[in-house]
Amino acid sequence: MADYKALYQEVILDHNKKPRNYGTLEHPSHQAEGHNPLCGDHLSVALQLDGDTVDQIAFHGESCAICKASASMMTAAVKGKTREQAQTLTQEFLAMVTGKLNLNEPNQIGRLAVFAGVRDLPTRVKCAILPWHTLQAAFNSLGTASTEA
Amino acid sequence: MNARSPEMTHAVPVPVPVYVPVSVPVSDFDVERVRADFPILQTVLEGKPLVYLDNAASSQMPQPVIERLVLYQATEHANIHRAVHTLSERATAAYEAARVKLQRFVNAPDVREVVFTSGTTEAINLVMHGYGRKFIQTGDEVILTTLEHHSNIVPWQMLAEETGAILRVLPINDAGELCLDQFEPLFNARTKLVGVSHVSNALGSINPVKQMIALAHERGVPVLVDGAQAAPHMPVDVQDLDCDFYVFSGHKLCGPTGIGVLYGKAALLEKMQPFKGGGDMILSVSFEKTVYNTIPYKFEAGTPPIAAAIGLGAAVDYLSAIGMDTIARHEQALLQYATVQLHDLPGLRLIGTAENKAAVLSFTLDGIHPHDVGTLLNQEGIAVRTGHHCAQPVMTRFNVPATTRASFAFYNSMAEVDALIAGIRSVQKVFA
Repeated sequence: MADYKALYQEVILDHNKKPRNYGTLEHPSHQAEGHNPLCGDHLSVALQLDGDTVDQIAFHGESCAICKASASMMTAAVKGKTREQAQTLTQEFLAMVTGKLNLNEPNQIGRLAVFAGVRDLPTRVKCAILPWHTLQAAFNSLGTASTEA
Repeated sequence: MNARSPEMTHAVPVPVPVYVPVSVPVSDFDVERVRADFPILQTVLEGKPLVYLDNAASSQMPQPVIERLVLYQATEHANIHRAVHTLSERATAAYEAARVKLQRFVNAPDVREVVFTSGTTEAINLVMHGYGRKFIQTGDEVILTTLEHHSNIVPWQMLAEETGAILRVLPINDAGELCLDQFEPLFNARTKLVGVSHVSNALGSINPVKQMIALAHERGVPVLVDGAQAAPHMPVDVQDLDCDFYVFSGHKLCGPTGIGVLYGKAALLEKMQPFKGGGDMILSVSFEKTVYNTIPYKFEAGTPPIAAAIGLGAAVDYLSAIGMDTIARHEQALLQYATVQLHDLPGLRLIGTAENKAAVLSFTLDGIHPHDVGTLLNQEGIAVRTGHHCAQPVMTRFNVPATTRASFAFYNSMAEVDALIAGIRSVQKVFA
């Protein structure tokens, strides 16, 4: 079926099994916790900014495959990017998984397009976006992010 | 026939092979005949027949109940207990007839002891406000259990916060059974109430409530039994249990949402204060003094969900015609068959292995989050619940954030157990 093939594909399953940048940073300059109270998922995102650029990033936590793969690919995507670039990417990702992004127009999504199928699973959108909300909370040093905020 | 939602295709009933497992006693119960009564069970989701295994969350409605609701709306509807006109008389008669049906369903001695509520949650809140706030004071104690649904925890926490009462919790063992030997030591002179589920919604454990009620009564402590997961699956006799309060929901019992029942012993209900104020719960009102109505009306302020109550009456008629004993037997056969099959799946951990269990199977799969299991099973047409099941203390006890829960009803077939097992195998294959 469409969703099945679109979502649980190799790249997502691979990032779930072998998440990139998984763990903690010794001296993070920014950090935040993310929670999805509906399912109990939680994750932590830590950043080491060099000026305005993401020098190092790490995440860890307890979550479903969609959330973990999203977090893993997010860390890979924003590493080396400026805060502003990461912000743009976050907005595009949120737009994509809620069906508001036209993938045929120029965008920064790249490999993250594997999450496009989430838009057909309304109950799973929150799983995919939790890492991105947590990233933004870390930038703003809010401390915590929630899918129910 | 009833309106159909556009995204669901109702095809000709899908012939499901009748599976007769060798290890299970064959009963004369004809599940296919029963399934034909449920229009929604004919649903085909993107080419796959619906396998509905989320009955602990909400059950489906058979045609006779749907027809009863239509009949009411088409020929009987008006407000009840008010006007002298014909429709109001019809509606009142049907509503009160439903109360009698519910009285018989749980074998309550007196029809005045059956209070219609919006559901189990409201019924427990009613007892908290009506009984708890009147009789439970600072330093008094309420005994609950680890197995309780949030709806039998949070109201008592609100009471504790308001009054300074103390909550005591009876723990469970590794099988998900209440540690009965630790029950008596929880009592002291300040114990004012026990709240216990008849059947655990998260694990299916059937609790020894009759025994617990007897122990509590020896100490003069009343007991509220949350029967939301028991009433749909086994015969319930409140006189035999001797419980003081018994609460359950209509929508888990093949009835509509928005209706439930509080059974309470008349002497207790009479002592309690009303939960909600308004019309129908009064005998007379002046700005100087209001006189409350008698039970059960004292607790039914405002216009109740009349259609839903009548629908629930039809639902218990339907279930009684099949027989709650027959239902329990068929569901036990499903449980036995499914449990054996699940045991054979590598990487599957069954959470809740009580000796005395209802047909609920909560499990985790190694390395696969329940939400992914739920999404992938849904692709196969299989509806299960994933998450903490509004029973986070149970999840904490077993050190899991969430489980996948398959919960059965009498209209589920052995073939649907096979579909679940095949579905789990395909989920494991995706994550292999």
